[in-house]
Amino acid sequence: MYHYSNFDHAFVAERVAQFRAQVARRLDGSLSEEEFKPLRLMNGLYLQLHAYMLRVAIPYGTLSSRQMHQLAMIAERWDKGYGHFTTRQNIQFNWPKLEEVPDILQALAEVEMHAIQTSGNTIRNVTADHFAGAAADEIADPRPIAELIRQWSTDHPEFQFLPRKFKIAVTGSPHDRAVTQAHDIGLRMTLQDGRLGFEVIVGGGLGRTPMIGKTLSPFVALEDILPYLEAVVSTYNLLGRRDNKYKARIKITTHEHGIDAIRQRVEAQFARLKPAFAGADWRLLKDIERHFEPPKFKSAGAPIAADHSLPQSPAFRAWLDTNITAHKAPNYAIVSVSLKKPGATPGDASAAQMRALADIARDFGHDELRISHEQNVILPHVHRADLPQVYHALRQADLATANIGLISDIIACPGMDYCALATARSIPVAQQIATRFQALKLEHDIGPLKLKISGCINACGHHHVGHIGILGLEKAGVESYQITLGGDAGADAEIGTRAGPGFGADEIVPAIERLVLGYLQLRLDRSESFLAAYRRLGLEPFKALLYPQSRKAA
Amino acid sequence: MSVTQISQIVTANDLRSGEVVYLRFAQSWTPELTKASVITDRDLARASLAFAQGQANVVVGAYLSDVTVEADGPRPSHFRETHRSTGPSNYRHGKQEI
Repeated sequence: MYHYSNFDHAFVAERVAQFRAQVARRLDGSLSEEEFKPLRLMNGLYLQLHAYMLRVAIPYGTLSSRQMHQLAMIAERWDKGYGHFTTRQNIQFNWPKLEEVPDILQALAEVEMHAIQTSGNTIRNVTADHFAGAAADEIADPRPIAELIRQWSTDHPEFQFLPRKFKIAVTGSPHDRAVTQAHDIGLRMTLQDGRLGFEVIVGGGLGRTPMIGKTLSPFVALEDILPYLEAVVSTYNLLGRRDNKYKARIKITTHEHGIDAIRQRVEAQFARLKPAFAGADWRLLKDIERHFEPPKFKSAGAPIAADHSLPQSPAFRAWLDTNITAHKAPNYAIVSVSLKKPGATPGDASAAQMRALADIARDFGHDELRISHEQNVILPHVHRADLPQVYHALRQADLATANIGLISDIIACPGMDYCALATARSIPVAQQIATRFQALKLEHDIGPLKLKISGCINACGHHHVGHIGILGLEKAGVESYQITLGGDAGADAEIGTRAGPGFGADEIVPAIERLVLGYLQLRLDRSESFLAAYRRLGLEPFKALLYPQSRKAA
Repeated sequence: MSVTQISQIVTANDLRSGEVVYLRFAQSWTPELTKASVITDRDLARASLAFAQGQANVVVGAYLSDVTVEADGPRPSHFRETHRSTGPSNYRHGKQEI
């Protein structure tokens, strides 16, 4: 994985020192809150409902065990012993004290991490397929280009005050696991006549105006990608609206001007910019690629340490069924570690769990971890012979929940339990749904089902692209939950359709239960997933399940 | 004399810890909602808010919040303020640790 250059170290250290001085000036009254707020946001520090919140970037979701250990240390020393992994491959600490934040940033810098540009109208943390570098189905590891984008976008002088925040996601696989169509720019690796490049998608996004991104270019060669991105962002920087923050994202710019007009401007800008790069980006990419050499996989014939005394229990087999994905190397597997134990807070890991994950990665996983946008932790390189021991170690840490891709593997934003923007709570709804379906013991029978919950219209919980989406709002002074159906975050992403009026906090879990149990009756057979049944039958029969009373009344 | 009766408190977040705090008439801040001073006069509400906003080195983001007055003290009119006064529902953190 990538290691900081002297330049990176010096830059991050300088930013920590700057922020330390800024915090001191805020505390001694030299800076007003109005002056300080943009400075703290540039360093990922929000003031939330009950406390400050520090959002730390995990670039393209990749962590070493050393970094995970340090996150655990930070959680214990300066927070309340846990961290929250987010849908943008960040980790959030919910309880830091203002004067201690510079020390946290210092501790992050020690392990080559930072919180720069995790807020503000800048290019945010670049996200990537959480199986990058390991997936059997990928064309190539997308992380070198993601790291190049991270370096280019960090402190880019032209892009520190964009019309609005700007999110980029990259995938190296045709099976899109990075939701590239719901980003300001989505990059999908592709081959054209044997040349590596990217399909460039722009103008996707969720939030109050959800839109699926459009193809700006079907192929931009690898060596052109950085000047092309600069052309896109600089075009948006000039053209994007600054009169109304709700119309300031590139999705609205694209919608208002049309993709063809945007393309014309981008291409003209690209022609101007390309010569100025003069190949410096290419040389940098070649240097970065050296950091992403695959680990030295154990060869199939080598002796393998395996504890055959571990029982092949039904629980272990269930875990193998749901939490293991095919790896590109023979005899290897990708392990998804669920942070969604029913009743737990989606995406939360205790310091002890972080340490356990770090140790397992060091002992069995070539020292690599990933954070997925679905708020789980990935061990990308595990030899199959080590799976029983990995499972055993995960179980010891209460991390062996076998539910990846099932109904209790819920994405949920922090909602009104933490977030100052939220209009309703998300976490209790996720906890109750997961607990209910665990009690019903139907989860594996129900099969693949993506349920995603947001506590406000900003849609951090990706509800629009959930097979079942839940949006928490305020209605007449109480929490109300709207259901959307048929969303999809995959390669052919779709925005879900609102099913009807919202449900009260005490009605939402029974409504989801009616919906899902009803699906079991509607499906052709076990092989027809919830989403497939919805696509075959349309909204109406599902709506009837959600609103049985109105059907009777009609 | 105002036609409609008001019932408000001043709330903010503590600058250093970020904790939710409430203004008392003694011009001090308390983390406990039950100890917040309830304001029923519009002029006093304006003056209290102005005082709170002038406390830039103590609190952040002061505002007036509607309450009803119950036997045990002020109760928020909006559920968001109820959550602010109690803390998150997934862990007994924040005010629930006291």
